[in-house]
Amino acid sequence: MSDEKKDLSIRGINKRFGEVRAVDDVSLEVPAGEFFTLLGPSGCGKTTLLRIIAGLEMPDSGKILLGSEDITTFPATRRQVNTVFQSYALFPHLTVYENVAFGLRSRKFPAKEIDQRVSRRLEILGLEEMGQRRPDQLSGGQKQRVALARALVNEPDVLLLDEPMSALDAKLRAQVQVELRRLQQKLGGTFILVTHDQDEALIVSDRIAVMRDGRVMQAGTPEEVYDLPETQFVAEFLGAANLLSGHIKEGGIETDIGFLKLEKMPAWSKGTVAIRPEWIRIRDQQPETNGIQARIREVIYRGTDFDLWLDPGPIRVRTNTYKRFKTGDKIWLELAPEELVVLNG
Amino acid sequence: MDKLLVWYGELTTNRRLLKRGLMFLSPGMLWLLIFLVLPGLMLIAASFAGRGAYGELEWHFTFENYKRLAGFGIFGWTADYLMIVWRSVWVAFITTIVSVVLSYPLCFFIAGRSERTRYLWLTLVIIPFWTNMVIRAYAWFLILAPELPVAKLAAFLGIVPPGSALYPSVFAVYLGMVSMFLPFVTLPLYSSVERIDWALVEAAQDLYASKVRVFMQAILPQTLPGLSVGVILTFVPAMGMFVVPDLLGGAKYMLVGNLIQQQFGSSRDWAFGAAISIGLMILTMFSLYLYRRKSKGVNLV
Repeated sequence: MSDEKKDLSIRGINKRFGEVRAVDDVSLEVPAGEFFTLLGPSGCGKTTLLRIIAGLEMPDSGKILLGSEDITTFPATRRQVNTVFQSYALFPHLTVYENVAFGLRSRKFPAKEIDQRVSRRLEILGLEEMGQRRPDQLSGGQKQRVALARALVNEPDVLLLDEPMSALDAKLRAQVQVELRRLQQKLGGTFILVTHDQDEALIVSDRIAVMRDGRVMQAGTPEEVYDLPETQFVAEFLGAANLLSGHIKEGGIETDIGFLKLEKMPAWSKGTVAIRPEWIRIRDQQPETNGIQARIREVIYRGTDFDLWLDPGPIRVRTNTYKRFKTGDKIWLELAPEELVVLNG
Repeated sequence: MDKLLVWYGELTTNRRLLKRGLMFLSPGMLWLLIFLVLPGLMLIAASFAGRGAYGELEWHFTFENYKRLAGFGIFGWTADYLMIVWRSVWVAFITTIVSVVLSYPLCFFIAGRSERTRYLWLTLVIIPFWTNMVIRAYAWFLILAPELPVAKLAAFLGIVPPGSALYPSVFAVYLGMVSMFLPFVTLPLYSSVERIDWALVEAAQDLYASKVRVFMQAILPQTLPGLSVGVILTFVPAMGMFVVPDLLGGAKYMLVGNLIQQQFGSSRDWAFGAAISIGLMILTMFSLYLYRRKSKGVNLV
């Protein structure tokens, strides 16, 4: 990317569409070279925020800084920011080569340099043979790579990716996610990805911002947001979570399924315990601490592991044990105190 | 040939399909044969005939009519007829260009309206179709009359002497032509504009394209199908138009259409009229051929 490393700073961005607050006072700092993901359900404002960064939408208030430069009022054509669109938006009347060269030709680069840069990008993305094809002669995965090449050839300070995998089938998507991560590490630029797919966010990102109703609910590394969710929404949106509400007592929390000892006491008196299905351990005998006896209501086979839906509940446990479970079996569960997260409310 | 096959759920043979296809085709083919092919052939035949003393066709083979069209008359060569032909091409060309230039903003304006009002605006574009062409030409008489603001403004600016109308004039011919043909460009173009993929426009902006480049690379290619239809629907009839130049241009501004009309009407020289018609047809087809070659790879409709 460009020689000078430019951090992206989003400060108090607001955007309304009529009555809807699409983006509600969002502030984020994205250091140069980071793979940052905006994660959230549809309508959470993540795409609007991306379009504001791209300059395709103007914010009602707030500032966007790229490096030391305030780019808030710059139109898309003046920003060193390029986008991979959800539909890829390849120009259908141009060849792959011409599509990739588009940005450089707009800026009137010398023909020789255009040729060098385009050829290099096509090579990096494995498209050398495709140069003379037109977009309608490409597969979905190839189109996506052309869209990537077309944006990356401009060496943007920030590359924006608007749900770039949504048109790919599950198997290809998994492969492309890993490739995208490697590409970003190889080129070392700032990538900002918008997605509603939590697995994708966890796989590719350095940091994730979970959004809801135009606000950032929580931002942090994948480990932080997955292991230490701050809200029920984040706990449930990122993977599955068992949520048990209860009252805080001396040394633990009193929930519907019994008293659970806690390692870290929360500051609030009423809370919800969030625990991931794969963190709950299954025991044959009553464990020393936080043992819960449960009866298996349903067993769901998932290939690599099982999901057990339990009474009292509904508690969900994920296990990869070889032990076969049957509906109606009684088992002991251990909820390790150090793995319990108590959310406020 | 007689192998059984399933055609849209029906068990049949090739021969039966062929027979049925011909049956369905024949009424339309017959219609075209009677009302297009035969008159066309007759026109070609007439264009090589001579003119009798009373304006009737004299059936002897001659190139005389085409020679006259090319300018070789009794008094030596003149460019009069060729000028008229060239002027027709020019007027049709300008009419088409102006209609296209006016249609783009109009289409974007309509496409930008809400779903409800959009059809109201389209109806406004279509309404002139409901009025007879001659009446519309006369309507321009009223608008361009000396007592009305348009002519007064022109007089004030010194373009025309005070108290005179803006017709008959070249300007009035163009005005009438464009107003006649604007909907022919607007309607097909609108159908393309309505379906524009705006992501391409945004992609072009994202890739640093100037406004002109955005239009040329992201908007024009997407609207080309509608534009092509509009251009053909305008250019072809505009070449043969005679009502508008006759009424709004007076005798001063003769086009091929008027020339042909004159031969079949007052001059009573059907043979020469036929020759001009054939000339116009060849010219039109040649223009379309050039146009198709220019816009290669574009699917019409």
